[in-house]
Amino acid sequence: MASSVKIRTKRNQGITEIRILIAHPMETGRRSETPESALIPAHYIQTLIVKHNDEVIANTLTGASISKNPYFAFTLQGGEIGDKITVSWQDNLGNMDIGERLIS
Amino acid sequence: MKNTRRNFIKKTLLISAATWLVPKLSWAADLFSATSLEKTLSTLTGDKTIESSDKIKFIRLPTIAENGAVVPITITTTLTAVETIAIIVAKNPIPLAAQFTLSPKLLPKVSARLKMAKTSEVIALVKADNQYYMTKQTVKVTIGGCGG
Repeated sequence: MASSVKIRTKRNQGITEIRILIAHPMETGRRSETPESALIPAHYIQTLIVKHNDEVIANTLTGASISKNPYFAFTLQGGEIGDKITVSWQDNLGNMDIGERLIS
Repeated sequence: MKNTRRNFIKKTLLISAATWLVPKLSWAADLFSATSLEKTLSTLTGDKTIESSDKIKFIRLPTIAENGAVVPITITTTLTAVETIAIIVAKNPIPLAAQFTLSPKLLPKVSARLKMAKTSEVIALVKADNQYYMTKQTVKVTIGGCGG
């Protein structure tokens, strides 16, 4: 199965912009499809870790106030072609996924 | 592979090894259970004082959001020794949206997309050099983002 994590990088004048898009419903647990139907159970990403090669560069805690299919962007100082960016997430139901991309 | 006990144990070990390789970060349930702005801020800072600072900027954050389900935000700061940046939507049921702990290798700049239930102040709380700083901006929401 394809990873739920898409990563794009852009090197520019000594910095590398890292953009992350994750396919995830981010349900708050307060929403229902129609006013009469039952609430959709909460289902949202809680932690997101970004690594540059083997070093953690960002630890993120998230709540359900982050939009569906979350987007995050960070800016790394430096970053060489071929360096690996790894992003992993875990949600409140214990699901997790990892995506990686080499800086180009 | 035959479905023997030995194979079962082998498989179990492989799966647990794979789980081990995923870096772990524990979520802070207390931060995300606070339902008021005051409680969120005091839990985040441990009741420290927060200074308003014009050194924190919203590079991108609309003043009017037509769709509260997707409100783009980019925060940056000229403060030095930044440790964490938190994004708080004052009037959401759970105000804290995200808390970023950044390595010194990252510029103090983060982007995300927020859900906003209704018109509210959006607050950026920055911890830099063991001090807390914040800035805020009101975002007017014309359609709520929580399906209410």
